[in-house]
Amino acid sequence: MCFIYIYKKEGSDDERKHAKLLEAISSLGGRRRKKHVERSEASVQVSEFSVTAGGAEEKINLCDLLGTMEKTPGAPSKTKKQLRNLQNCKETLELPLSKQQTEKVGIQRTVAYEKSTKEVSRWESVIIQNQKAEQLVFPLKQEPAGPKRMEQVVAGWKAQTPLEQEIFSILHSNKQPVLDPVLTPMEKAAIKAMSLEEAKIRRAELQKARALQSYYEAKAKRGKRIKSKKYHRVQKKAKQKEFLKQFDEMMKTNPTAALEELKKMELSRMEERMSLKHQNSGKWAKSRAIMAKYDESARSAMQEQLQLNKELTQKLVVPSDDEEERRAEEEANALPDFVNEAEPVPDSANPWMRGKLTSEASGPDVSDVAAEPGVSDVAAEPSSGQEGEQHREEEEEEEQEEEEEKLLREFERKRKLRRNEEDDLAPQPREERGSEWSLPASVVLIPHHCRTLNTSLIHVQFDSYNRARHLNQFVQLYVAIKREPQRPEPLKKPIFPPQSFAEQAAIIKEAFAGDDVISDFLKDKRKQEEAGRPKVVDLTLPGWGEWGGVGLKPSRQKRRKFRLKAAAAPPRKDQKLPAVIISEKRNASIAAHQVSQLPFPFQNSAQFESCMRSPVGQTWNTQNTVKKLTAPRVVTKLGAIIQPMAKEDFLKQKKGPEAAKQGAIPLRGTRKKGKKKDSR
Amino acid sequence: MKVKVLCRNPDDYVRETTRDIQRVPRNYDRTLHPFEVPREYTRALNATKMERLFAKPFVASLGGHRDGVSCLAKHAKSLSTVLSGACDGEVKVWNLSRRECLRTIPAHEGFVRAICSRFCGTSFFTVGDDKTVKQWRMEAPGYRVREEPLNTILGKAVYTGIDHHQSEGTFATCGQTVDIWDEQRTSPIRSFSWGVDSFSCVRYNPVETELLASCASDRSIVLYDMRESTPLKKVIMKLRSNTLCWNPMEAYNFTCSNEDYNLYTYDMRYLETPVTVHMDHVSAVLDVDYSPTGKEFVSASFDRTIRIFPKDKGHSREVYHTKRMQHVICVRWSADNKYVLSGSDEMNIRVWKANASEKLGVLTSREKAAVQYNQKLKAKFKNHPKVRRIAHHPTRSTPKPGSVPIVTEKEKHVVTVVE
Repeated sequence: MCFIYIYKKEGSDDERKHAKLLEAISSLGGRRRKKHVERSEASVQVSEFSVTAGGAEEKINLCDLLGTMEKTPGAPSKTKKQLRNLQNCKETLELPLSKQQTEKVGIQRTVAYEKSTKEVSRWESVIIQNQKAEQLVFPLKQEPAGPKRMEQVVAGWKAQTPLEQEIFSILHSNKQPVLDPVLTPMEKAAIKAMSLEEAKIRRAELQKARALQSYYEAKAKRGKRIKSKKYHRVQKKAKQKEFLKQFDEMMKTNPTAALEELKKMELSRMEERMSLKHQNSGKWAKSRAIMAKYDESARSAMQEQLQLNKELTQKLVVPSDDEEERRAEEEANALPDFVNEAEPVPDSANPWMRGKLTSEASGPDVSDVAAEPGVSDVAAEPSSGQEGEQHREEEEEEEQEEEEEKLLREFERKRKLRRNEEDDLAPQPREERGSEWSLPASVVLIPHHCRTLNTSLIHVQFDSYNRARHLNQFVQLYVAIKREPQRPEPLKKPIFPPQSFAEQAAIIKEAFAGDDVISDFLKDKRKQEEAGRPKVVDLTLPGWGEWGGVGLKPSRQKRRKFRLKAAAAPPRKDQKLPAVIISEKRNASIAAHQVSQLPFPFQNSAQFESCMRSPVGQTWNTQNTVKKLTAPRVVTKLGAIIQPMAKEDFLKQKKGPEAAKQGAIPLRGTRKKGKKKDSR
Repeated sequence: MKVKVLCRNPDDYVRETTRDIQRVPRNYDRTLHPFEVPREYTRALNATKMERLFAKPFVASLGGHRDGVSCLAKHAKSLSTVLSGACDGEVKVWNLSRRECLRTIPAHEGFVRAICSRFCGTSFFTVGDDKTVKQWRMEAPGYRVREEPLNTILGKAVYTGIDHHQSEGTFATCGQTVDIWDEQRTSPIRSFSWGVDSFSCVRYNPVETELLASCASDRSIVLYDMRESTPLKKVIMKLRSNTLCWNPMEAYNFTCSNEDYNLYTYDMRYLETPVTVHMDHVSAVLDVDYSPTGKEFVSASFDRTIRIFPKDKGHSREVYHTKRMQHVICVRWSADNKYVLSGSDEMNIRVWKANASEKLGVLTSREKAAVQYNQKLKAKFKNHPKVRRIAHHPTRSTPKPGSVPIVTEKEKHVVTVVE
């Protein structure tokens, strides 16, 4: 240790000597070399953290940092693990592009270009609008015409004479605008409250509302004047339905109003119960009762009355919550019978409207019976003996069924007979035989034509046919067809089998047997020649210069005198060409003035002609029309400089009502910006 | 007994004052005025003929330059003031209504390459071959006071073009690079270059005022945004474009005049193909300027003519030339859409009407109505062959077919053979 120290000391001595020597040499050179003063930073060597990068060249790596990380107990093991993984990871990031390269690729450029194109594209709508405009008036930004306000003209004028001052004081006291504020506070407030556009919109709305109101009023009046009872009945029903709907809603939203409505209903019920109005006890009802035996309409009318009475006297039950719950439970337990039942349809004459259409043949019969006239009056009676009724109905049903079966059997027999006869005559390969019922062909053919036949179509067919007896059979047939859809067999053979040329020629000849092209052509030509020949004009006036009347003809002399013969037409161009017709309608002298091709914006000749036909001049149009028609597309003002389009105009157009509402505040802002830049 | 009599209401025919025009009752029944189409056709034909008859577009010639006119500029605020620069470095300020030169400034040594007026109209800028940008006051200096520029900026290279911003105190020059200058500074605030060493023209977009376009010597047109540090895009064409002009009413359209005798209208968003190619010139097109309405533009060509093109048509509507007019170097459309100014090689500035047959001055209302009616008729019947023939009548006399012998290309170049 000691030795080393000595050695070091010696070494340092040597160094000093060497330095001195160097200094002396350099001083010999005359000018004294400047000594470089280097300043070193302590932080490079010594750091407040435990990490040091050694020298200036060395860089801190991730592993250096990790060393300290391992030592600190506070760091979570998870992050430690992650860092370790990172350390092991050998992948490096891609180098960032050099500055030259970026310029070469032109990323900046493309970005800037896209930005500016976007900016420029904002003008597109304005430009297109201007292109389409009927008339453009330049300069675009025109000062408003008319007299300017006093305040704008005389700026910086002040009241000086006592009279003026007095007037101004009065104006001030009345809050009238004196100099700068052009509008009174009231006016300003009004403007603030509603801009012109808003007012316009509001007025338009009001107008529309008024128009609608008057329209509805007129409609109601018209409806009121209609005398048809049926119409009113339908209307009433519709209204009731509507009311019920509303009532349901009202129950939810406004229970008090609903209650009131309920009370009203209750009142009407009470009235109904008190009166004998719908109980078939009046004079009219009695007469109807007599007629009921013979007249169906009378019967139905009576029934209606009773129904009405029943409806009106029915007690309204406002279900309490408990009851409702109970009912819901019941419903859940057992479905009521009416779920399975067919819906009763008002048109009882047509049993097929009762549902159960495609079920067994007996199904429709049941409903059929219900619709029988004999039964309906029984049903109309108050439900005192319902059971008996049902019994009777069943009996009748059975009877009906028997009848049907009989008929069916008879049909079957007949069919068999007929088939036998036909078989004897000629055996036909068609499989449609099974469907040859005694129904009309139109009905039978339907299923063949459209396999997706819906029941409604059948109804229509039945209505037209209107024979209940055959319906069952038809339905059966239809069901059968539905089960086994018969697809029409695709044609395997070509329509025309290959034939010899001669045969084909014969066929063609046969097909065009009636046509004689040559004679037709000749006829045509002759007709054209006739049309082209100049005609004799007869100008004779019977009775002019001589006696006239019934049976008298103008004299021959006169006829000869007044029948003008035109000069013979020049020979036709196709005179010596038997197989050609050359039209001579084209007039060369006129054609020189005619347009040979349809000009660009027009799409058909009719359009062009109509455009040409409408005159523009004052001779044919009123002055205002002429003014409108001849308005030039571009109007410039004499001696006015036309400035290029300004951004402010564009912004104004773009924002529309909002900008107008906000006024000049944003505009002023932009202008200020410009000024700032200017001053800079 | 009731007797029916003819009665007339004096309200229908008596004038309220003698100054009122007489009321002329008129029956517009079509049957009373038959042949409406033929009559209007005749009127249209006559109107077209009259238009050609009265087509006298030349208004005035402003002489005074001692060398070819190299550039023209409009005053931003005054219609009657025009600035022109000549090839000998002189700048002249003209009054159009009096047709006289107001001021002559020896501005540069060598060519005056370009002039532009400041947006406020109080000063104008010139660039010349002496590598300087000079700003001049618009009003003339007092008596016996020397013409001195407001500012002079000495550059490193020749500037070939200049244009001023629409509303701010910045301007752009082009030469070796395209530079954006602030008026208050002597060095450019931005300078763009894209592998080219010379530009011939730079123009600000008058609508989107931060955009610029320039024509470069490598046959390209380069777009810039003043706010960006790099150019935006460039399109390279087959031949060089000399100048370009933005449409003042359509922010994204510009037209460039090309060496290949054509003009091309581009949409700056779709530079792949020009929107329209305008053909008709028979030599290089040197300058182009849009009408302030943005509907038409005028072009000056080396073929000694100026032509007026509708912006969306492939062929010109009008061609102007006079006997003494040489290569037209610069052209401008006046700010009121009425006149066209052209400066040419033979030292003259010519003033033309933008509509050749238009009657100048104030029109009475009846005259105006007649003009409008005639315009409408011309437009309505423009497709009819007779009308068309007159409207498209060649303004130049062309040789009759057969009067010029056909010489093949091979024979053309040998004059004689001497033995």
